[in-house]
Amino acid sequence: MSKKESFDPELFISSSLRFGIYLSASFIGFGLILYFIYGSGYPARTFPYTVTGVWEGLIRLKPAAIMSFGLLLLIATPIFRVAASTVIFLKERDYLYAVLTFLVFIILIFSLALGKAI
Amino acid sequence: MLFSTTLIFLFAIVAGFIGSLLGLGGGIIIIPALTLVLGLDIHEAIGASVVSVIATSSGAAMAYVRDKLTNIRIGMFLETATTLGAITGAYIANLISIKALYITFSLLMFYSAGNMLRSREGSADTPVEAHPLAERLKLNGSYFDKRLSQVIEYKVTGIYPGWAIMYSAGILSGLLGIGGGVFKVLGMDMFMKLPMKVSTATSNFMIGVTAAASAGVYFSKGDINPLTAGPVALGVLIGALAGTRIMERLNNKTLRRLFIPILLYVALQMLWKGWWV
Repeated sequence: MSKKESFDPELFISSSLRFGIYLSASFIGFGLILYFIYGSGYPARTFPYTVTGVWEGLIRLKPAAIMSFGLLLLIATPIFRVAASTVIFLKERDYLYAVLTFLVFIILIFSLALGKAI
Repeated sequence: MLFSTTLIFLFAIVAGFIGSLLGLGGGIIIIPALTLVLGLDIHEAIGASVVSVIATSSGAAMAYVRDKLTNIRIGMFLETATTLGAITGAYIANLISIKALYITFSLLMFYSAGNMLRSREGSADTPVEAHPLAERLKLNGSYFDKRLSQVIEYKVTGIYPGWAIMYSAGILSGLLGIGGGVFKVLGMDMFMKLPMKVSTATSNFMIGVTAAASAGVYFSKGDINPLTAGPVALGVLIGALAGTRIMERLNNKTLRRLFIPILLYVALQMLWKGWWV
């Protein structure tokens, strides 16, 4: 229970959320500005919707792809938060919650995989 | 181009603000705004609303977790229910009547709204006996109330019905893609008797995880259009950051009163869908 008092799990989770948000918002904001100047970089009504498609557009600095990359980072933030929580609970030697969060993480990955299969 | 993007951005700010106050994802604002006002395709609107849920959740949780309004253990414990429910929903979609489900849940919401209206005091204002399991799972908690300038301690009850409601909330969002946040707040407030602030903050913490699980599907189907979802994400984040500052200074009773009209609105919407659609 009483490990290092200096380590604050809540602050760690909050900081990792902040990092994910600011990083994704920077990409989305930058992409949006470029979009206003140059257009989306894709034919009308089309945009990349695969991870590789987004990546290829990103390295060519296509505005829509830069925004999509930011959106992917945003989507990844809660998943990363669950993974980070598992590590925190392990570090705190709170094994019951380490197992519970790991279970949530597995279900999350499972449902992501399930979604692609359908 | 600039005009519609600005309009989307402004709607998103409102959605993020209300969502972060009440523990919702903002889909109830984003979907009608994009379809009815901007005339966008429903798939694109749903894709944007999934992004809105994740943005509200992360943006609000950033502040609420830091200020310890979010009960992380309750959140994690209930996430086992919501994620399992979401998977169940995907499997049983063909086995059950969606209409019956809509009607059942909307009736439950009307009943809850009635209960909330009748009990003028917040249900959490009367101290409750902690469930034995709450002790073992270390769910009981406390937070510093900025409005009252004092530490509020609370105990948790109704663990089993709470878990069951969360499981249903998971099925609901897995099947219908709506009502996740409203049901989570309802479960924590009505059954587990948490202070309203803790209920909405913990709901905000949880909704992002459920939404992220389904976001991959929407993304690969091409429903997440960056030109729509991008401004939605930015607006919602700004709205959510503003909302968290206001919420922490409201009292539990006010927050609960603000929740009732939203609850009635969602209940009506579900009843309508169950009956006519």
